[in-house]
Amino acid sequence: MSAFAKPLKIALGLAVIAGLILVPMNFNRYGLFILSQWAVMSIAAMGLNLTLGYAGQVSLAQGAFVGIGAYAAAIMTTHGWPLPAAILVAITLSFAVGWVLGYPALRVQHHYLAFVTLAFSTLAFLVFRNESWLTGGIYGISNIPRPHIFGIATNKPLPFYYVCLGLLAIVSLAVWWLIRSPWGRAFMALRENPLRAQSLGIDTRRYTLMAFAIGSALGGVAGALYAPLTQYIDPVPFNLSLSLDLLMMVIVGGAGFYFGPFLGAMIAVLLPEWLRFTEGYYLMLYAVAVMLLLIWSPTGILGILDRTMAARRTKAASALRAVAKSRLETVQ
Amino acid sequence: MSNLFDLLVAGLATGAIYALVAVGFTLLWQTSQTINFAQGEFVMLPAFLMLAAMHAGAPFWLAIILGILLSMILLGLAFKMLLVDPMMRHGVLPLAIATMALAIGIKEAVKQFFSAEASPFPSIVPTGDISILGHAVSLQSIGVLVVAILAVLGLTTLLNRTSLGHQMQAAAQNPTVARIIGVPVERMILLTFLINAFLVALASLLITPIYLAKFSSGEVLGQAAFIAAIVGGFNQVRGAIAGGLLIGVLDNLAAAYVSTQYRAAVPMIFLIAVILFRPQGLLGRAEERTV
Repeated sequence: MSAFAKPLKIALGLAVIAGLILVPMNFNRYGLFILSQWAVMSIAAMGLNLTLGYAGQVSLAQGAFVGIGAYAAAIMTTHGWPLPAAILVAITLSFAVGWVLGYPALRVQHHYLAFVTLAFSTLAFLVFRNESWLTGGIYGISNIPRPHIFGIATNKPLPFYYVCLGLLAIVSLAVWWLIRSPWGRAFMALRENPLRAQSLGIDTRRYTLMAFAIGSALGGVAGALYAPLTQYIDPVPFNLSLSLDLLMMVIVGGAGFYFGPFLGAMIAVLLPEWLRFTEGYYLMLYAVAVMLLLIWSPTGILGILDRTMAARRTKAASALRAVAKSRLETVQ
Repeated sequence: MSNLFDLLVAGLATGAIYALVAVGFTLLWQTSQTINFAQGEFVMLPAFLMLAAMHAGAPFWLAIILGILLSMILLGLAFKMLLVDPMMRHGVLPLAIATMALAIGIKEAVKQFFSAEASPFPSIVPTGDISILGHAVSLQSIGVLVVAILAVLGLTTLLNRTSLGHQMQAAAQNPTVARIIGVPVERMILLTFLINAFLVALASLLITPIYLAKFSSGEVLGQAAFIAAIVGGFNQVRGAIAGGLLIGVLDNLAAAYVSTQYRAAVPMIFLIAVILFRPQGLLGRAEERTV
């Protein structure tokens, strides 16, 4: 069974990747925009999944880091810097701010931590809105250029979609590697039992800060892509509701599952679009769908899969046990 | 200093409304570990229910009664039975996320079925000013303060002086033991949901004449009540009251003396400071650490 499952998984993965590359080729402008947005939000949600799903630290500030990344990219690229440089600055900046924001997590946990990060999120929004000398205030920053990658202009929607997809792939691989590394294991130890983690010699202090900083840095990457995607930013998209949306994506997809953020972002970005035909009702239906899903499976979509797999495994195991038992009896 | 006096009165009036909302918030937390992210929308909705009743031809007083009753059914009973009960045993976070979705749902429903525009709302207190100590004070502020104080007094009397209140507290503090000594814990939890629904409907009635009825007005209010609850002490009713008044006054003073641009930042910085240096809140008890 398991010898068969691995090639199947690889084939499925390749099919999805091929689909993501090939299918959008004849999408229209809007379809490509939505799909690019999905890629961007997946990156941000993946960062939050590291902080929340793997390390167990609740953050309501991921939207603020997307904002920090977006403003860093917008300000730098409109002043003639190339996007890769802006992405590096966005990562460094978000990492540093995320590290500092991690300090409260050393003192308080759970809902208290959520509230500290919520307050930070609001403060960041106020800075975006009020420091007009830097951020353009409520008028925002317009004419954000899209990059040239290896000499190819990505002004058109399709090439830029591939930029988003490419960065999503890089981030996905990095996260895949990270959660399999000793660091990822330390994060999970932190989530499952901080006291035990500490007694096993894990520097919980450092890993808590790391979980925040790395998760935030990915938020910054997402932001640095968001700015050239929309080519115009103002403070409104980076208010608290983005942080709440991202949190919703992680939980709905399945916190602590590698593929959770992809699915969660798909639901949050694409489901409302699919429901557009219902006109004014689409966000209402979306809200109801999220509630029903969470009532059905509080661990998100992948939680359902996880449970059915576990149930099947138990079933298979008990079947084997029954066979073994009957054999034993015949021997006797 | 007349300016300061006016600011204090206005701050106390908004603070009293925050306190009502924050008290309901802490009640839900204490009895069922529900962090209700839709609490602001819970305040926004009753005003529209009352407006709908008035559009249907009901006089204002009847609309108020209908609005409060409907709120208790929708935001108390239905909220608990349809959303909280199935999710409660799965921990704090999924339920909190579900209430975020609920907040979106309520907002969109109001936008769709009523209006996206702000609607005026009649005041239960006559408009105009009266003179106190040589200051002109709006009757509305006084009315809001009086009603909110009466509500809070009524609630604390219920909680601390009656057998029912003691049962509710027992159910909140230790459900297992409460059940053993014969407290109908389930009914007590339902009661707190109904009380919360009543409080938000009352807050709605008080605040909507000032800020108009609008689908999005819950966001700011919910956040303020949120902060008030934490600043005062997440597990204390009197903490939430103090927190509400404090945030109301602080907000008004910050607008006048700090800067209008960063007025919203002052309560936030205060919140961070409180959480870092006194996480149990100004009046709260420290929660026991579970290992």
